Amino acid sequence: MIEAGRRLEWLNARVIEVRVENFQVKTIVSEASGWTDHAAGQHVDIRLTAPDGYQAQRSYSIANAPGDGQRVGITVQRVDNGEVSPFLLDELRVGDTIELRGPIGGYFTWEPGDGGPLLLLAGGSGVVPLMCMLRARAKAGDLTPVTLLYSSRSDRHIIYREELDRLAAAGDGFTLVHTLTHERPERWIGETGLIDRPMLERHGPDRGANPQSFVCGPTPFVEAIANHLVALGYPGDRIKTERFGPSGDVK
Amino acid sequence: MAVTRGFTGRRRGEGEAQDRVPPGQFVTSDFPVLTAGPTPQTAVADWSLALQHGGKLLGKWSWDAFNALPQTEVSVDIHCVTKWSKLDTRWRGVTFDDLMGAAGIEKPPTKFVMAHCDGGYTTNLPVADLSSGKAMIATHYDGLPIPAAHGGPARLLVPHLYFWKSAKWVRRLSFQDSDRPGFWESLGYHIYGDPWREQRYDGDP
Repeated sequence: MIEAGRRLEWLNARVIEVRVENFQVKTIVSEASGWTDHAAGQHVDIRLTAPDGYQAQRSYSIANAPGDGQRVGITVQRVDNGEVSPFLLDELRVGDTIELRGPIGGYFTWEPGDGGPLLLLAGGSGVVPLMCMLRARAKAGDLTPVTLLYSSRSDRHIIYREELDRLAAAGDGFTLVHTLTHERPERWIGETGLIDRPMLERHGPDRGANPQSFVCGPTPFVEAIANHLVALGYPGDRIKTERFGPSGDVK
Repeated sequence: MAVTRGFTGRRRGEGEAQDRVPPGQFVTSDFPVLTAGPTPQTAVADWSLALQHGGKLLGKWSWDAFNALPQTEVSVDIHCVTKWSKLDTRWRGVTFDDLMGAAGIEKPPTKFVMAHCDGGYTTNLPVADLSSGKAMIATHYDGLPIPAAHGGPARLLVPHLYFWKSAKWVRRLSFQDSDRPGFWESLGYHIYGDPWREQRYDGDP
């Protein structure tokens, strides 16, 4: 969380890595001189400036684990006809400069030691802040039981697939469940279809353990799942949500 | 300010719309939803709105009584701190001024208000930003009852401040002696939130 009364300044950030995550998603890592550390789940504002002074700003969830020096990673999914995401995906190169301001947001956050059990529910690129929590947990050697139920349109839409498999194979209390909403590949062993109450009952932690839920995805996804969780008896004040509208680009 | 190589941006048409968009915002035709938790589902039969100061109740309205108060329609631009702005949104509801009138309050007892909502959300506002026609408790959006996901049955509408101040599911307006911060204002967001001065986060001038 930011210190009271201290302004978050815009920082120049040099792009040091551009990683392809899938056919419509890249992760952009930049190094921002003056960056103070973030908590998992926080976001960052980015600002692009054209030669004539025109500027555009957007908010993105921070993808890389805390404690990563001055490095800030964002994972960007293409928004068709968007102003910013096509530029970030198609034009931005290592060595380019963007501006960052953050970290922002002190509510949709989890840090090792905050406890659980955790139920993480991701829709599409809503996986990004939840991945940051999983990375923070793994990096700290935290053993909080955690389940990620991750809904994607198809298997080629899944983000961070190999890394998630690696984390799940560690056998440290992290359970990974994928569901695909628009196809069922051959030899698919995950769930298919929208996340519904039976699916939440199959994979969610025991409500008696007072689980903490984080739900992030498009608005209809988050609305539906938060309602399911409340109906299933999950404590409402332990359900934290973050939504992005169809305009995309936002959180 | 650092120029990013290759970025030109996609400008909107020059002219009046441009003048209506605060710095760092972009215009959307969608209506994104941003909420920290589950959407409360409050039936209008269970709904009431209270106006209070300390422990003292200054006024309380059932759904029917509230809807019998004078109705006002506005068309305004709204600006979310997450960067989207939406132009010409139409709302109907009861202005804060009319609510004060209905409660028989001529002079507000303090200079600040905390709005309390179903789900536990709070946000703080100066009375000066609620009165003189600046704000309403809205029940209709674009001619229809506001859906629960967008704050129905009733939400605050304070369009000249960032939209987190326009609290969804509002149930209680409580006068407070000082400008104590609400939910987002305690979590790194600006105490006042003027989009034209880009007061997004704590410490922004």
